[in-house]
Amino acid sequence: MSIQTQNQESETSKISEIFKKYSAYFQASPLVIVLFIFAVVPVAIILMYSVFIFDGFVTRPGFTFTSYIDFFSEWSSLLNLWHTARIFIITWVITLVLGFIISYFLVFDLISFRVKVFFFLLTVVPFWTSGVVRMTSWIPFLGSKGILNSFLINIGIVDEPVQFFLFSEFAVIVSYIHMFTLFMVAPLFNVMARINPNLIEAAKDQGASGFQILRFIIIPMSKPGIIIGTIFIVALVATDFTAIRILSGAQSGSLANSVSVAFFNGFYPIAAAQSVILLALLLLFVGGLMRVVDIRKQM
Amino acid sequence: MISFWQNSTTPMKIRGAIFLLFVIFLYGPLITIGFLAFQGPEGGLTFPMKGFSLYWFKQVILPDYLFDFRLPWLRSFILGIIVMIITIIISFMAGLAYRRGFKGSNLVFYGVIGSLIAPPFLISLGIGLGFANLELLSSWYSGGLGAHLTWSLPFGVLIMLAIFARFDPSIEEAATDLGATSWQRLRFVIFPIVLPGLIAIGLFGFTLSYDEFARTSLVAGDANTLPVDMVSATANAARPDLYAVGTLTTIFSLLIIVLAFGVVYILERKRGIFSAATGSSTDENENYTKSMH
Repeated sequence: MSIQTQNQESETSKISEIFKKYSAYFQASPLVIVLFIFAVVPVAIILMYSVFIFDGFVTRPGFTFTSYIDFFSEWSSLLNLWHTARIFIITWVITLVLGFIISYFLVFDLISFRVKVFFFLLTVVPFWTSGVVRMTSWIPFLGSKGILNSFLINIGIVDEPVQFFLFSEFAVIVSYIHMFTLFMVAPLFNVMARINPNLIEAAKDQGASGFQILRFIIIPMSKPGIIIGTIFIVALVATDFTAIRILSGAQSGSLANSVSVAFFNGFYPIAAAQSVILLALLLLFVGGLMRVVDIRKQM
Repeated sequence: MISFWQNSTTPMKIRGAIFLLFVIFLYGPLITIGFLAFQGPEGGLTFPMKGFSLYWFKQVILPDYLFDFRLPWLRSFILGIIVMIITIIISFMAGLAYRRGFKGSNLVFYGVIGSLIAPPFLISLGIGLGFANLELLSSWYSGGLGAHLTWSLPFGVLIMLAIFARFDPSIEEAATDLGATSWQRLRFVIFPIVLPGLIAIGLFGFTLSYDEFARTSLVAGDANTLPVDMVSATANAARPDLYAVGTLTTIFSLLIIVLAFGVVYILERKRGIFSAATGSSTDENENYTKSMH
């Protein structure tokens, strides 16, 4: 009798053990399923379409690298790639410098934790509002009758409105800085806030100058934040076609824009091949950066 | 004021000035379109103001022109709510899974990062072509929903991981020692502690979906969401109703943010009373507030 109950007990504990053992898999499964259906499968479909045959009008199943070869043998597409790289580099440098100064100010110049968080939130709040609205809000600012031009004419720097402010690469970069600097500020704020203030005090006591503290303590310790910020900036800039559409008036070619144009014209294999190339370049770049820093440790 | 700053030096003042200019740069354009939305009926997209009226707001709410933003707004709102709920549930579950650890957790983590950096049009294009091949019509609540989740879930999961990385396991051990079942532990220990974080995830889930354009653009079908319609309005119509709808939707987003922070604030205050009673430090509260970002 007592043996039987024992058996029963061990049975139920076995079941609960199995449940315990696999509950993590059960808990992770919705995430895995959603990402599989809506991220992995679409990428697979794009890979498939990128090797389909396209005769200028119709897409037929098949296997050819024509779309890829065309991409690398056409100047216009390589030029688009170069434009994307150039816009990224300019945006990256500006957001990095700006993000670094802002985070430094928030972490080291402000004392109260509440004030730090409040000022930090001030830079975050626009992120929770519409990106499309933030982009369109540059139109009255940069246009030929816009605020910036009126201002420049009024103070006499220029005689006629400057045309290149709006519908240009300039407008696109301004909008990127406007929208994406936050993505540099947040990770830098996070890593800088973790720097032990005693370390800086100790360096000061040993007679380190402000520049030396920056050069040998703050910058090296901020490296993970810089890398995570860079990953965000490259992913956001390289893949954006909204700002390009609204603010460059198709003046500025970019790889992402050329994909959307190809798609709307029904050139699916071309659009697919270009997306794959962009994704591959992005993964190479981000993969390289992730070797430098373990993102999971930064959580 | 003095307690806000370190001893002010010239470099500090320069940094403060840069921060101030950045904040002006950040909010200036939004405030500008807020003003321009009050253009008179004859007014254009830029200054000068031709009169001062509520004409364009009326055009948004009771339109007589081509662009009717009301239904798209409703779709965006409903979709935002759905994405928010799903994101909270899935992220919370995934967070629990990561706490326990599972085989392939690294691979899933890279999948999450990949989903975060994947080109939006690639996701959108892939889902669109997938639906076309299945001879289904993609719409905002099917393909659009999936596309939005690939964008909101990475934020949700990363926030959840950040929260659990700061989670003190001894609290849970104490609960176990006092005889709590695993369900009780989840319901009465883990859940209340991570609740502010879940609200933050909800805020991200809702706003990321509500404002999303690129991932939606190729899968929304005939019935567009608000951002998609606003982008086509920028291309087709040069009228201030765009600013009016932009201003309204920004105010709406700000209300959502205030609501989310209000709830978190109330929860933190309740916890404050509780932790004061049990004598735990406020240090913990700081950590949770931090982990929200």
